[in-house]
Amino acid sequence: MAVYDKIETREAPSSSKGALHWLRENLFSTPLNSAMTLFGIAILFWIIPPFINWAIINANFAGSTRADCTGDGACWVFVKEKMSMFMYGFYPEADRWRVNLAYALFFVVIAAFKLLRKSGLKIAIATMYFIVAFILIRGGFFGLDMVETNKWGGLMLTIVISAVGIVGSFPIGILFAFGRASNLPIIKSVSVTYIEFIRGVPLITILFMSSVILPLFFPEGVQFDKLLRALIGITFFQAAYIAEIIRGGLQAVSKGQYEAADAVGLSYWQKMLLVILPQALKVAIPNLVGSFIALFQDTTLVLIIGLFDLLAMVQLTGSDSHWLGFETEGYVFVTIIFWVFCYSMSVYSKSLEKRFNTNLK
Amino acid sequence: MENKNDVIEIRNLNKWYGDFHVLKDINLNVKKGEIIVVAGPSGSGKSTLIRCINYLEQFQEGQIIVNDVELTDDIKKIKAVREDVAMVFQHFNLFPHLSILDNLTLAPIWVKNTPKKEAVKTAMDFLERVGIADQAKKYPNQLSGGQQQRVAIARSLCKNPSIMLFDEPTSALDPEMISEVLDVMIELAQEHRTMVCVTHEMGFAKKVADRVIFMENGQIIEENTPKEFFENPQSDRLKLFLSQILSH
Repeated sequence: MAVYDKIETREAPSSSKGALHWLRENLFSTPLNSAMTLFGIAILFWIIPPFINWAIINANFAGSTRADCTGDGACWVFVKEKMSMFMYGFYPEADRWRVNLAYALFFVVIAAFKLLRKSGLKIAIATMYFIVAFILIRGGFFGLDMVETNKWGGLMLTIVISAVGIVGSFPIGILFAFGRASNLPIIKSVSVTYIEFIRGVPLITILFMSSVILPLFFPEGVQFDKLLRALIGITFFQAAYIAEIIRGGLQAVSKGQYEAADAVGLSYWQKMLLVILPQALKVAIPNLVGSFIALFQDTTLVLIIGLFDLLAMVQLTGSDSHWLGFETEGYVFVTIIFWVFCYSMSVYSKSLEKRFNTNLK
Repeated sequence: MENKNDVIEIRNLNKWYGDFHVLKDINLNVKKGEIIVVAGPSGSGKSTLIRCINYLEQFQEGQIIVNDVELTDDIKKIKAVREDVAMVFQHFNLFPHLSILDNLTLAPIWVKNTPKKEAVKTAMDFLERVGIADQAKKYPNQLSGGQQQRVAIARSLCKNPSIMLFDEPTSALDPEMISEVLDVMIELAQEHRTMVCVTHEMGFAKKVADRVIFMENGQIIEENTPKEFFENPQSDRLKLFLSQILSH
């Protein structure tokens, strides 16, 4: 029998581990890659230092009037002074606590969702929240002063439009997705026509139609709230996209699942809601959230029908004669806000995917 | 022809997929408590036949009467039949987003309005019987194929069906898992539940079947007791089939 000496364990060669290895593997793997890496670094050098100079080093933070903008860089005083406009639009200052309370209640609802298990109860609470938030923000009940929707604005309006758009379009989208997958010819063709029609029209057109053309159909004197019209337009616009995304999810569910649900005796709606939809949604989460992020950004289009969301508010305050020339600061601020919201949604999407992953081994 | 004991009556059943004639003039009566094994080469229409019995497949001609209910496209009749007929699939078809326990309690709770506690108790009893009670909280993809198929059998038992259909229940399993599933099926057979099994497991057929049916090209070529079926096949086609399937 041969005798072998045991060789001591050696470190992996330095060329296959560590930061150097990572760099070589990812940034300098080919001459072209190296060139692109260097080019990228050059661009960053070209952009970042001047931006930091402008945004922080040479910027003004303190003060309250234009006279305080003495530096060469950004003057954040503008953003600070106009902050309440950015956040609430023309919402009366004395009533802004109502909006804040609605925000706060949102986090209470989130906390409640974490504690509760029954989905029926969750839906009830979410519905309640929307009613309460509506009453709080609009008023007109329980001694709260009525705040007309034309005074709503800024980030608050952006959030209202996207929240209603997301929550409203979701069930409608599901129904159209079911409709398109249905065997019943009438339901199917209605769904296909709806989806294809809406997807063939830009959101701007829908907003124009809802604000300009729709009132023509109402008898004279009937006032239909402008925001409400925009909300309906956006919700039905978004629903068509949601329907297509969910249809993709439905197609990913195997035929065997439909058959098993049929074989155990579930009715059509039980089959779709208890067996098929949960699996379809799981597949569709990334695309759904992607679409909701796009909707959040698209809400800025309501500017064209005279609603003042966050972006519109910046344009408006930028044309304030005391503050001419400070739009850039405003736009940077808006960029940051939008990024925070969209990135949060994206992170939430990742956590949802993880939560619903039952393919664990 | 009319027989009180027949729980399934299939008369002159014909089915086409477009131009393709899959089932040709099938006549079959199944008595209460009878165990039938359907054998035949792939593509012979065996699966299609048993899938017609719970109306997963529609047919163009003929009649299927299950427990005195004639299957038509009337949703109420289909529902009535499906409540009494369970099916076990080749690919298990467990619901991957639900735990094992929820897979079993879904139909009792939603279809039969069984209180949750009672449904859970029944489900645990059946899981106990198929030997998977300790996995009740897991998800289907965490189990082996054999375990998943046993869960699927337990799921189909939860609504206490009078008729059980098995559509090649062991064909998708690794060889070492086949016997654990067959053992469960043999145990069920001994309870005198009506069973119609499409399977290639001839040992199972010999052991428990009351009748074995041989199909080819959408027709029933031969049907007989297992003893006669295997020892004294009549048609050349069956002889060939048996020699191929039993030679190894």
